[in-house]
Amino acid sequence: MSKILEGVKYSPTHEWVKIEGNVAIIGVSDFAQEEMGDITYVDLPEEGDKLVAGEEFGALESVKASSDLIAPVSGTVIEVNTALEDEPEKVNEDAFAAWIIKVELSDTSDLDDLLDAAAYKALIEK
Amino acid sequence: MKYYDKLVFELSQPGRTAFSLPENRFPSAGKLPSALCRGEAPSLPQVSEPDVVRHYTNLSQMNFGVDSGFYPLGSCTMKYNPKINEEVASLPGFAGLHPLMGEKSATGAVKVYEELEKELAEITGMDRFTFAPCAGAHGELTGLMIMRQYHLSRGDSGRTKVIVPDSAHGTNPASAAVCGLEVVQVKSLENGRIDVEALKPLLDSSVAGIMMTNPNTLGLFETQIKTIAELVHGVGGLLYYDGANMNPLMGVVRPGDMGFDIMHLNLHKTFSTPHGGGGPGSGPVGVKAYLAPCLKEIKVSGFQGNFAVMLRALAYLLSLGKQHIREVGQYSTLNANYIKECLKDVYLLPIEGVCKHEFVFDGLINDGAKEGVPGASTLDVAKRLLDYGFHAPTIYFPLLFHQALMIEPTETESKETMDAFISVMRKIAAEAAEDPALLHDAPHNTPITRPDETTAARNPVLIHPQ
Amino acid sequence: MARSPYIPHTDADISAMLEKIGVKDLDALYSDVPQEFLRKEPCDLPDALSEQEIREYFACLAAQNANLKVFVGQGAYDHYTPSVIPYLTSRSEFITAYTPYQCEISQGTLRYIFEYQSMICRLTGLDISNASLYDGATAAAEAMMMLIACTRKKTTVLLSEALLPQVREVVKTYAKFHGVKIGFIPADGGETSLDALKEALHSGEVAGAIVPSVNRFGIVENHEGFAQALHDAGALLVEYCDPSALAVVKSPAEWDADIAVGDGQPLGLPLSYGGPYVGFMAVKKDHMRKMPGRIVGQTTDKEGRRVFVLTLQAREQHIRREKATSNICSNESLMALWATIYLSLMGPEGLVKLNEICSDGAHYLKEELLKTGLFEDLFPAKPFLKEFVLKTSVEGLQAKLEKAGFFAALPTEEGYVSFCVTEKRSKEETDLLVKAVKEA
Repeated sequence: MSKILEGVKYSPTHEWVKIEGNVAIIGVSDFAQEEMGDITYVDLPEEGDKLVAGEEFGALESVKASSDLIAPVSGTVIEVNTALEDEPEKVNEDAFAAWIIKVELSDTSDLDDLLDAAAYKALIEK
Repeated sequence: MKYYDKLVFELSQPGRTAFSLPENRFPSAGKLPSALCRGEAPSLPQVSEPDVVRHYTNLSQMNFGVDSGFYPLGSCTMKYNPKINEEVASLPGFAGLHPLMGEKSATGAVKVYEELEKELAEITGMDRFTFAPCAGAHGELTGLMIMRQYHLSRGDSGRTKVIVPDSAHGTNPASAAVCGLEVVQVKSLENGRIDVEALKPLLDSSVAGIMMTNPNTLGLFETQIKTIAELVHGVGGLLYYDGANMNPLMGVVRPGDMGFDIMHLNLHKTFSTPHGGGGPGSGPVGVKAYLAPCLKEIKVSGFQGNFAVMLRALAYLLSLGKQHIREVGQYSTLNANYIKECLKDVYLLPIEGVCKHEFVFDGLINDGAKEGVPGASTLDVAKRLLDYGFHAPTIYFPLLFHQALMIEPTETESKETMDAFISVMRKIAAEAAEDPALLHDAPHNTPITRPDETTAARNPVLIHPQ
Repeated sequence: MARSPYIPHTDADISAMLEKIGVKDLDALYSDVPQEFLRKEPCDLPDALSEQEIREYFACLAAQNANLKVFVGQGAYDHYTPSVIPYLTSRSEFITAYTPYQCEISQGTLRYIFEYQSMICRLTGLDISNASLYDGATAAAEAMMMLIACTRKKTTVLLSEALLPQVREVVKTYAKFHGVKIGFIPADGGETSLDALKEALHSGEVAGAIVPSVNRFGIVENHEGFAQALHDAGALLVEYCDPSALAVVKSPAEWDADIAVGDGQPLGLPLSYGGPYVGFMAVKKDHMRKMPGRIVGQTTDKEGRRVFVLTLQAREQHIRREKATSNICSNESLMALWATIYLSLMGPEGLVKLNEICSDGAHYLKEELLKTGLFEDLFPAKPFLKEFVLKTSVEGLQAKLEKAGFFAALPTEEGYVSFCVTEKRSKEETDLLVKAVKEA
C-alpha cells in the first residue's frame, strides 16, 4: 500500500507539492516510485530553468522504463536536489524526503488544480 | 555452455606480440612534429595469436545463435542464415573493391545492385530502392526524410505530423522525432487493428503521413488497410510501410499494392542475412516512381550502404527464385499459427483468429500466484526457456499487453523443433502452476544467473580500467 | 517439386499442422487479407538457382570488377586483414546471434563489446564509448544531434571543410530534417582555421564544432586552442578521427575534445565497396546520458560472478520512443568484434609500426611523384601520414592509371588529386605506379 502524506498537494501525474510561502517543493509520490521500481537515474533540471505547469521538467529512469516528470506548477527553479544525481535510490527509500526541486511560484492559481491527499488516494485506487 | 571469465586485457604481458607486418622497405620519413604526437602509445592488449584465438573461441562458447537452436524471437525473424551467402560475401573480387571506384571498374558490383533492386521491386510493388541505410531504423529515418522532402519540394511545408499506431515498434516514433516530425498516436481496437474511427479526426493538411506495419506487431493483418490508405491519401499524406514484418507477405501480398508509397526492408530479417549479434544489417528503402527524385537528395551513409549484406540477400533471393519465394510467406505463417493453436489453452491468447508470421500471448493463464507468492511472469517464462535450450521470445512488447510474449518461429523451423518447443512451453506452464518460485530463479543451467541490472545502471562500469 | 533447401516441411507435416490449426489449406491462412491484395500470378523472378549455380553467378560478377591496386583512401583504407579475424568472426555463435538482450546466453557478445568500448576509450583517451554505430559519417551525424541535446537552446553546429565530403553530406542531410543549422569552417592552407572558428563563435548560437584529426588532404591538424575557444563559448569540440592513426597522433583527449567519432574501417575491415563498416563514438563522462546507441556495462550475477549486460537503456528508443536523442536501435556488432580482434592482434607496438610503414610509403610516393615534374605540392610544410593531395597538370590522370591497373589520383572537390599508401602496397608496386604516372 502506497504511503500518502497529508498536508501536501498532488498532481494527477504523481508529483507531490509542498507549499512554503511563495516556494513549491516538488517530488514524486510513493505510488510513483513503487510503480517505477528501482530508480537508477534522476534527470534533473538546472537552477534558473522556467517551468510551465503541465510540461515536463526532467525524468526518472529505472532499468527498463523512463517516466517524465511533469511540472505541477509554473515558476522558476531555485534549487535542485543534486544529491539525487549520485543516489537516485533515495527516491525509493523515502519519496517524500527525496524532494527533487524547489520552485518560486509565478502563478499561485496553478495550485487550485492540484489534488489533496484524499482525492489523490481515490485516484490511485481507481 | 561454460562460464569463462577472462577479458583480453587480462591476458596481456609486456613484450608479447601477435602482429605480422611486412618489412618496411621505404626510406624513413622521420617522425611527426612532437606537437602533433600522442604522448604514449595506447594501452592495447599485448598478446600472442594463439591467445587471441583461444580467447575469442571461449567467448563464442557463451553465446547462443540460430545455428545453436530455436530462436522464436517475435519481430526479429531469426531464420536460418544460408552458408553459401557467407562465401559469396567474402569473395576477394567484392571484398577488395574500394567504394569510390567508378562504375566502370565495379561493373560486377553495380550489377548486384541492379539485380537486387529489380527483384525487391517485384516482391514489394515499389519502383525504386536506395541501399544506403544500414539498418531497419536507419531505413525508417531515410523513408521519413523522403516523405518530408516530397512535401517540401512541393512547397507544402506545413506537414509536420506523422501518425503512428500505439502498437508500433519503438523505432517508429524515435525515427519520426529525429526527422523533425511530431508523433501523433492512433489507438488500436479490441481486435488489435487500427481504430479507423479514431484515425479520421487526426487527419488534416498537417499530416505528412502514417507509419504502419502490416501485419502489425501483433501479427494481425490490418484488414482496413484499403480504407486507411484512401483516408490518408485523401488529405495529401503518404503511407510508410515498416518492413520488419514483411516475411509472411513474401510472394503472397505486396505493400505497393496495398497503397504504401514508401517502405524499408530488413535484409537481416526477411532476406536471411545474419544478425551478427546486433549488426551489420541493411535497411534498403523502396519508393513509388513519383518519389524517386527525392532519393537523390538524401545522403544517409558514407558510401553505398552495407554492400556485403546485399550480396548475401541477393544470393538468398537467387536460391528462392520464382519457385520458392511463396514458401517463405506461407510456411512462416503456417508455423506461427501451429504454435499458437498448440499453446493457447495454457497461455492467454488475447485476440483469437488466424495470425500471420507471429502472434502475442498475454502471459500464462494460470501463473501459480498464491497468497504471499507472486505468480510467474512473462520474464520468468522467458528465462526458464533458456534452461531448456531455447532462446526466449520477445517479451513486454508490444506495449498493449502487460505480459506480452511475442513468438515468431520463421519458416525454417521443422515441425519436430516446434513440437519440442511446444512441449517445453507446456512444461513451464505446469511448473508455474505448481511452483512459481522455481521460475523466479531461472535460468539455472546457463553460464550465469540473473544479473544485477540495477547496480549496472546506477553505478555504470563501462570500460575495463587501464 | 522439391521445396527450398532452407524449408524443412514435408507434405505430412503440413497436413498435420493444418489439421491442428483447423484450416483446409495454406491459402486459408490468408483469409483475412482482402482478395484484391492477394497475388494471383507467381512472382516474376528468375528461376531458382542451385547452390552450385549461385557460386558461379557471383564468381562471374566478381570477375567483372577491375582488380586494381588501391592507392586511394578518402575514408576507406586498404589495410591488411589478418586471417585470424574472418576465421573467428565467422563462428556461428557470433554471426548468427541476435542482439544480446538475453544476457545469460549472450556473454560472448557482451564481453567483446565491453572490450571494444574499452579499446575505443584507450585509443581516444575519452571516458565512455558506446557499442558502435553504423559508420563514420552517421557517427558524425549522431554527434551533431548530441551537441544540440547537450547544449540546450543552441541552434548551430559547425563543420570543418576539411572533413571528408561524405561526412559533411550526411551530417547536412540529418541536420536539415532535425532542424539544426550548419555552418562551415574554411580550411585555409589545408587545415581547419582556428581564426574562422573563433569568428563563427561570436553568434552565440554554436553548440559545437566537428573537426578532423587527420583531414581529407591527409594533413595531421593542429588543434591547439580549439577546445578552449569552443568551451569559452559554451560549445563542445568533436574530433573526427582515423582510429588507426590514433596510435601516433594526439588523441581527442589530448586536444581536450568532448566527443570523438570516426569510422573503424581502417582497423582491418575489408573495403567491401563501402560496407559494412563500423562507426565509433566516445565521450567525456559528463555527456554519458546523452550519448546515442547501446552500451554494455559490467555487473554481477546472483552468485557474485562478473557478468556483462546492456545498460543505461532508458536513454534508448525502445523506452524513450519519440523522446530519445537518437532512433538507433542496433549497432555494427560483428564489425566491432572485427575491430576488437584486430586491435588485440596489432597491440600498441604493431599499430605504431603500421603507421610508420604507411607514412614512409606515402612520403616516398609523394617525393617520387614530385620528381616527375607533373605535380605541385600545395602544402609542403604540412605533416601527413598515409594520405596526401597534389595539384597536377595531367588531364584525366585517374582514368589513365586505371588502365594501368591502379586506383589512384582520385580528384578532390577542388580538383586536386589524392593518393594513399597502406602497408599492403610494396615498394615495387609504388615504383610501378610512379612509372605509370610518367607514361600517362
